[in-house]
Order: sequence, then C-alpha cells, then structure tokens
Amino acid sequence: MKRRDLNEKKVLMNEEAIENSLNRIVSEIIEKNPDLEKCAVVGIRTRGEYLAERIVRKIKEIKGVTVPFGVIDIALYRDDFFKSLSTPAVGPSHFDFDIEEYDVILVDDVLFTARTIRAAIEALMDYGRPKSVQLAVLVDRGHRELPIRADYTGKIVDSDKNNEAVALFIKELDAVDKVVLVQK
Amino acid sequence: MKHLLGIENLNRDQIMNILETAESFESINKRAVKKVPTLKGKMVVNFFAEPSTRTRLSFEVAEKRLSADTYNMAVSGSAIQKGETLSDTALNIQAMQPDALVIRHTSSGLPNMLADIMDCSIINAGDGFHEHPTQALLDAFTIKQKKTTFKGLKVALIGDILHSRVARSNIYLLNKLDADITVSGPGTMIPVGIEKMGVKVAKTPAEAVRGADVVMMLRVQNERASNLLYPDTREYSKFFCLTPELLSLADSEALVMHPGPANRGVEIDDIVMDGESSVILEQVSNGVSVRMAVLYLLLGGQN
Repeated sequence: MKRRDLNEKKVLMNEEAIENSLNRIVSEIIEKNPDLEKCAVVGIRTRGEYLAERIVRKIKEIKGVTVPFGVIDIALYRDDFFKSLSTPAVGPSHFDFDIEEYDVILVDDVLFTARTIRAAIEALMDYGRPKSVQLAVLVDRGHRELPIRADYTGKIVDSDKNNEAVALFIKELDAVDKVVLVQK
Repeated sequence: MKHLLGIENLNRDQIMNILETAESFESINKRAVKKVPTLKGKMVVNFFAEPSTRTRLSFEVAEKRLSADTYNMAVSGSAIQKGETLSDTALNIQAMQPDALVIRHTSSGLPNMLADIMDCSIINAGDGFHEHPTQALLDAFTIKQKKTTFKGLKVALIGDILHSRVARSNIYLLNKLDADITVSGPGTMIPVGIEKMGVKVAKTPAEAVRGADVVMMLRVQNERASNLLYPDTREYSKFFCLTPELLSLADSEALVMHPGPANRGVEIDDIVMDGESSVILEQVSNGVSVRMAVLYLLLGGQN
C-alpha cells in the first residue's frame, strides 16, 4: 500500500527521535566493532537502504572511515511468494565489495515477524560467506515468528499483531521523517 | 498476467514491467551463486517441436536459476511420433500438473489453443510465422541498456519479414514504445499491407539503414522456403547483406542486432557480426534475464 493511503493512528517517532536513535545505533556499532575497516553496511530494500546510507554517513563523520555499502532485495527469497495476491516487485541487489571478508550489518526499518530478515540472510549467503551478520533496526514491534533478534534497536513499540502496522516515512522517498502506528 | 502468448496483447506498462524486472535479475546472472529459491517446487515443461539452441537453453537456464524443476520434451522420442494428437499430448502433460509449459512449434497460434485447453501458464517460445515474444522482449531489453529512450528511436528491420515471427513481435513491441520502424527486404518477403502495422517500407536497405539507431537483421529461413522467394543466396547477399559499407550509413552509435542463428556472409558480414557495433551476444546473455522475469511474473502470487 502507498504511504499516503495509510490510516495513521499515532506518530511513534518524529524526525528528531529518528535522528537520535540512529546516532545511538551508530555509537553502538562503533563500540561493538573496534575494527571498523572489517565492517560493511547492507540495507534491505526499500527503506532499509536509506537508513543504511545514513548509518554509513554517520560512521564516516564520527570515525572518518568509509565502510562499504550494499543493498539487498529479498523479493526472490520470500517464503510467501505463492501466497501473496500479486507478484512482489523485485529490485536489483548490489554490492561493490566481496562480503566474504566483512562483518555485515544488515539494516531494516521495522522488525516484526523476522521473515524478512530470514530472507535477507539467505540472500546474503548467496553472495558469499560473510564473517558475521549483525542486525540493526529502527523499530522493533515484537510478534516474532522466527528465533531472530536485533543487535541494535532504535525503539521498541507495542502494537497489535493483526490490526495494526508500523510504517517508516523517510525523507528520501516520502518527504518527511517519521514512524507511525497504522490502523489496518 | 497468466500466459505470454504474444506481444500484440500486452500494453506498454506490462512490457516496461517485464523489462524493469529483468534488470533486477541481471545481477544474479553475474554472481558466484547463480540461483535463487523463488520457484522452488514449481514444474516447468519445455516442449520444443522445432530445432532451437539459444531459446531452449536460455529458457532452461532461466528456469533452473529460479529453482524450478524443468522437463524437456522433443517431438522425436515423444508419442506424437506414434500418432498421438497434439491436444491429447497437451492434456496428458496437463495431467501431471505442470505450472508452466514453454512451447515452440511450427503452427502459428498453437500456444493460444493450448492456453484454452490447459490450466497451466503457457509461454510462447516461437510459433510458426506468428510471434516470438521473449525474443522481442530481450531485444528491447538490450536496446534499453544502450539507448536513453525508445521514443523516436530509428529502427531498421531487414530481411525476410514475411516469415519472421521475430519481426512481427518486434514491430508490435517497438510500436507500443513509440519507436520509428522501417523495414526492408526482397519485395517477395515484404507482406502486402504491412504499413498497417505502423511501419515504413524502404525501397532499398540503404534507405532503411540511413541514420538508424538500431539495425536488426533477420535470418534467411530456408526451412520456411525463404529460398523460393529470391533467385539465389549470392544475389540475396549482394543486395541485403549488412556489410561495413551499408552499416556506415547508420548513426555512428548504431547497434547491430540479430536474433540468431546467423548465416554469416548471407544476411550479415563477418566483419559486422564480430564488430564493435554488434550486440548479438549481449542479446543472448540478456535472454536469460528476460526469461527469468517472464517466469517470475507469470508464476508468482496466487493468480
């Protein structure tokens, strides 16, 4: 569904809250990975890509290190490919580095059932065997269906599994930065 | 979209969606693990009742890269040789619950007939003189990689237009994307009234090639009696072979395309075929990405 058609119930994070969360995530990444030269940041399309770009920029600002950046599309690895009503749109994945040599930090906007993350990990493995995979998410809304957790979490929010959703609006695509609770 | 029977019934958005989806598949074809799990457990039957190297291999590669289970059938070695009718063969294939059937046949319109009697997706891999939709899509994909826009793009289509399903599918497709198409070939190979399809007919190949952005050569199809329509191969080649001289009339950035298999020295000169303007082998590489996109879009989702 298009972002503008969503039935917004409440703003969970505004621009400042998102910025603060990203700053905290970046400091945690720097603290946990003393050897930043070995780190790469990979965003999950679509909105994870832009969060990942911001994380790369912030690491550069703070530590002066440009970590490799990549984008991964999970459409081809979804486990509901034959259950969804229409064929999910697929976009290109791209890496300009050999992931085998890196600790890869996957970045997504909202962590929910974790099925997206499972698909992203599987997709990543088809590009090689990263030294390790860490997960950074802006929002964790719970209701996991797989044994996966995030290493870096911006904000934990309560939400109803079936009747609500959590959506990120991001300036690069939606002209504004905010996270909203949506009534389905 | 359930079937891909031809380009004629597709609209511009459907075509662009296939081309854009194909772009996403390109990176898979270049990486070390050239496989994604998307069509795991899906059954695809390739039934080629006519010789084919490129198209058959390309479909099979595309299916396997998407993790589908593929089965290949040929007329020789099938019960058709014992006298089973094609529709009975089709119903028997159907009874094994395939998800898609890729069909190449000499009979124009056969894929449409199969779409009526079978439940699975039908993909036309070339039917008689009718259409060869995935070829036109991969040609368009190749052009899209090299040229900024299709609008007003000058395309010269040269050779046996009458017997060419590649020409027909390309004319439908390029017209839907607003390209400017000129055909040329021996008078006996230009169908009467082809202007109604929205193309210009040039009096000479030089007229068609002059200023062209894309020069598409078609194969002389001797198995379809092309050879009855012109005096001899040498004479055909004298007038219609794409030589460096003829190509020099085209735009300096022009692309030379050929759907293959090419008759070197008949419709295309060695120097041109192996030259810098030629994207003939890129067409083949792109064929895999485009066929992956078609399979993906036809077999995904619940419908």
